[in-house]
Amino acid sequence: MMAAEQNVSGTLDRRDVVGRILERRGDALVVTGLGSSCYDAGVHDHPNTFYLWGAMGAAAMMGLGLALAQPARRVVVITGDGEMLMGLGSLATIGAQKPENLAIVVIDNELYAETGMQATHTARGVDLAVMAKGAGFTLAETVRSEHDLERAIAALYETRGTVFLDVKVTSQRYPMSIRLRDGAHIKNRFRENLLGQAAFD
Amino acid sequence: MKQETVPRTWPGDIYQVFKRLKVAQVAYVPDAGHTQLILDCQGDPEMTAVSLTTEQEGVAMLSGAWLGGNRGALLMQSSGAGNCINMLSLAQECRFPLLMLITMRGEWGEFNPWQLAMGQSTQRVLEHSGCVVQRVDKAEEVGEVVFAAGQMAFSTNRAVAVLIGQRIVGFKDWSK
Ligand SMILES: Cc1ncc(C[n+]2csc(CCOP(=O)(O)OP(=O)(O)O)c2C)c(N)n1
Ligand SMILES: [Mg+2]
Repeated sequence: MMAAEQNVSGTLDRRDVVGRILERRGDALVVTGLGSSCYDAGVHDHPNTFYLWGAMGAAAMMGLGLALAQPARRVVVITGDGEMLMGLGSLATIGAQKPENLAIVVIDNELYAETGMQATHTARGVDLAVMAKGAGFTLAETVRSEHDLERAIAALYETRGTVFLDVKVTSQRYPMSIRLRDGAHIKNRFRENLLGQAAFD
Repeated sequence: MKQETVPRTWPGDIYQVFKRLKVAQVAYVPDAGHTQLILDCQGDPEMTAVSLTTEQEGVAMLSGAWLGGNRGALLMQSSGAGNCINMLSLAQECRFPLLMLITMRGEWGEFNPWQLAMGQSTQRVLEHSGCVVQRVDKAEEVGEVVFAAGQMAFSTNRAVAVLIGQRIVGFKDWSK
């Protein structure tokens, strides 16, 4: 049974937000967190996207390793508030490391939507952008309006340093999109597209 | 006080193996046994040494590194293996190579009872999490074992852990 609409503070639509971010991806490399963020990005499937279907809490740190390996490319992590909360230490690690090309976007519905719409800590006043700021991110903000979103997406691709966007979205759930879920295949597809034959050295 | 008296050369051997294997990213939560190796990696302009808040971050980070074409190594003490369990599903499901070097506590002359729980289960926990586990108990064999483990990790796309025995690392003399 799908839980009823929840009272959350966000008004933006998650699929619209992710679509607008990915529309401008250029040659950026993308890592998604498990669950809804994976399905949102899956609507715009691309071999330069690595989809996590598990390993909750991994997204931000995968982004760091990738950003360090590919310093000339922009790396964008798109994940959920619950997934980010499970890897909060990553914010400190990334803040200390200061890569010049890493952006994290949290699609913050203030819920664990995937598992039955339970409230996360962001529904109870925990401010992820302030935490990222405290960790030393170059730019960290909460995005609540269409107007802010436009500006924030530009900053996400253009800022030299670390960017953290906590985008407040509604509790709207969408069906799964992408069916590609074999981890080894997602990895090999990504590496072959990025590295060519060297992927199989 | 350390049991060991001869100067230790095995951390330098590991560093040389990292150079041979072209390790570019080294992630760690410090253990006293890895002190020298961490310093060597930090001082190498061809390596990025990343200090983690918890070992599981390293599993995810080095998977990202591999996605981007970099080889890496994860350094920890045996208690850190427990922190990695669910994150190792990433390596297993995606066949990411992962080289882990684990200095053992809780197995040889240990004085701290809190180290026993993980020290005595590290190997089993890692094996149950899909890792190949190899042990080294002689200082002069450390370099060779780490090279062999690295070659296996990076050419077969597997998680391979090398457990560096506490007998090599040394222990505190707890007698009065
Ligand atoms: C280690 C672990 N604990 C719990 C789960 C169950 N789980 C799967 S998705 C999810 C919620 C994710 O929440 P969020 O990142 O906010 O995504 P949303 O569905 O709200 O977009 C949880 C708790 C899991 N997969 N792994
Ligand atoms: Mg959520």
